[in-house]
Amino acid sequence: MSSKKQRKKIGSEHLQRIIDLCKSIEDKGLDPFLVDVDDIIEVVREYFPEWELPEELCLDAETIHGLASVIKLQSDWVKHRSTSLYTDPFLLEEKIRKLSKVELANLFLHVWHPIIEFEQISPHSLAEAIRYWQSLLPLDERWLKTASQKIETGTVTREELIKQRILAEKTFSKDLEALWDELRQKVGEKEKILYWDFVGANTYDETIKRAYLTSFLVTYGYATLEVNPLEEEIFVKPYEKPVSMLGKRQVISIPVSVSNEEWVKWKRGQQN
Amino acid sequence: MGEMEKRSTKLKKKAHYARQLKRAAHLLFYRRHKKPGVKGWELRRRLGADYPKVLNLLDDHLEQLDLQVKTIFEEEKPAEKPTSEQLDKARFYITLRGGLTPKETKMMGWRIDDIAGLATAISYVISKKGRAPREEVEDLLRLKLPGWRVDINMNRYVRSGYLAEDENKQLYLDWRTRAEIDQKTLVDLLLSTDSLRKEDSNYKEEHLK
Repeated sequence: MSSKKQRKKIGSEHLQRIIDLCKSIEDKGLDPFLVDVDDIIEVVREYFPEWELPEELCLDAETIHGLASVIKLQSDWVKHRSTSLYTDPFLLEEKIRKLSKVELANLFLHVWHPIIEFEQISPHSLAEAIRYWQSLLPLDERWLKTASQKIETGTVTREELIKQRILAEKTFSKDLEALWDELRQKVGEKEKILYWDFVGANTYDETIKRAYLTSFLVTYGYATLEVNPLEEEIFVKPYEKPVSMLGKRQVISIPVSVSNEEWVKWKRGQQN
Repeated sequence: MGEMEKRSTKLKKKAHYARQLKRAAHLLFYRRHKKPGVKGWELRRRLGADYPKVLNLLDDHLEQLDLQVKTIFEEEKPAEKPTSEQLDKARFYITLRGGLTPKETKMMGWRIDDIAGLATAISYVISKKGRAPREEVEDLLRLKLPGWRVDINMNRYVRSGYLAEDENKQLYLDWRTRAEIDQKTLVDLLLSTDSLRKEDSNYKEEHLK
């Protein structure tokens, strides 16, 4: 019995060393051919009948995983060698060492085609910024307005919306998927979009439908809301993949008023 | 009458492309995102489905100014004509068509040391299959640059998007290198440096003026 324990101990130490070797090759960019794959498979095979406990089997699996990563690196190496970009690193290093700074710079200027870009503010965006600034109320006035606003909130069920023909039962999930795609497209690389710019539509009914679906996008983890209380701005941020929030963090509800007045105000802003 | 209609259609088409050209130039020259350049799908949305044609026209116009429209595909450059999907995922930039002169680089804020360091770092990473430890690159740079400049320069290359660094201090080629540098020619030129030296023998004198 004790000899079995001893063998297990040696085996697990052996596997741990293999895992460390594979990791260091991956992390430090060492030559992946330092690993003799056949030898390692032999070792893994030798100790495999000994493993009984889940943690021992996990160690075995981790070894195989490490080995697979090294084999991938070896395959990448072979692929790279077969491309036109391959060159002997030692030869190239030698060439770099021999060249003077001026020669290197001159050589680089032959192949360097810098991007041309302007970062200046345009007259159009400047005019827009001035318009925004002029229409922006002082903070104390805005806070006052927010404090005095009392909107009665209520709830609406999906069934009620189906009754009112705002939603069609069968296409709900399809609508949700389509809206998620649209959100990702609209956001592009900006990461987020103003809530009203996303839910706002040509008609108030359509806006309500979009706001309702957006609330499901957020609840189901397709997107999230970012609230900027000082600026009174709400942004919608899509996720690349649906994220489940259950049990991960505290889920809070964010009431968003989508009244007819708000919609008219947004619509006017769009037209201007 | 038929001739008149044809002419009118032609004029309309011409006016349409003239408008699209301007729009494309504005989109590509002005930076709209964190990184410069515009994605194909954005161009399709703003210019219509025939945006590749508009870009070709713009490229022809820019040629006179020694500029070009550069397409960087998400993956490797397709061997055949790219599909509309590949074009939509690609990123388009306006870059210099030809090379720069040393005097011009000075105006851009790049010292000869900085350029030599960048050339060294990029070509070394290329030779190491696109990934090299930062320490190794820094050791190589120390051969040409004063020690105190090495770290500053490396950070500049990473910040500008020429190189990317991961948590294990491994360096990779980043988006700007893919957009601005002809990697294959760089390696070829480095390997044929003996012949290049002869061609550029008068360079040093010109630069030191």
